[in-house]
Amino acid sequence: MAQTNASGGNAKNMTIIVTKGSLDWAYPPFILATTAAAMGVDVTMFFTFYGLPLLLKKLDLQVTPMGNAAMKMPLLGMHMTMPNIVNMIPGVDAAATVMMKNLIKKKGVASIDELREAAIDSDVQMIGCQMTMDLFEYSKDDMIPGIKVGGAATYMEQALKSDINLFI
Amino acid sequence: MADVFLDAKGLNCPLPILKAKKALKDVPVGGTLEVLATDAGAVADFGAFCRATGNTLQENSVDGGVYRFVIRRSE
Repeated sequence: MAQTNASGGNAKNMTIIVTKGSLDWAYPPFILATTAAAMGVDVTMFFTFYGLPLLLKKLDLQVTPMGNAAMKMPLLGMHMTMPNIVNMIPGVDAAATVMMKNLIKKKGVASIDELREAAIDSDVQMIGCQMTMDLFEYSKDDMIPGIKVGGAATYMEQALKSDINLFI
Repeated sequence: MADVFLDAKGLNCPLPILKAKKALKDVPVGGTLEVLATDAGAVADFGAFCRATGNTLQENSVDGGVYRFVIRRSE
């Protein structure tokens, strides 16, 4: 049965399972969710495991070059990568995070805070995984308002009626 | 002269599209939105956005690294 949305087009639904919460991995789900919403898609994001902290009121996202062989940062006209033995040194993650955040700013890329705000503004439904909240000892008060808390069945109910289901 | 003008220069994906979508709300049906952007990906993205949302990409040009799009709101 064809559904129609307010603008008369075919209503489409998409879900995204968000499992990673580092600064770099936070981008794909929020970019896709906000863009899909802008194109008239009803979007549901399910935040589980390391993706759950993306719902915390105060975001403190980090990036690590450790074990990330494809992470080559532009520096002085070259692309820099570091051996893991260097990545182990305390402070390297913090430095890489500062470097990444500076690049993001310089290149006009939205911050995750901005994209999350845009997702909320465009009525993207966000579900926090109850099991993950229990496991890592978070309460609903730690999370931004307006989210739903549920489990796999809550996600599946939405996924079953969606046209696109992504796992990131 | 477009009904609404949006300067999205210096912004990267997906911000020009998100801001255009927002700006379109202020455009009357049948009216136009003019967008300026420097994101090279915007050329493909504005075409796709218009096709998927049923709006018309009326103009699409580039001048000195600045892309200009005129979108006609269909409904």
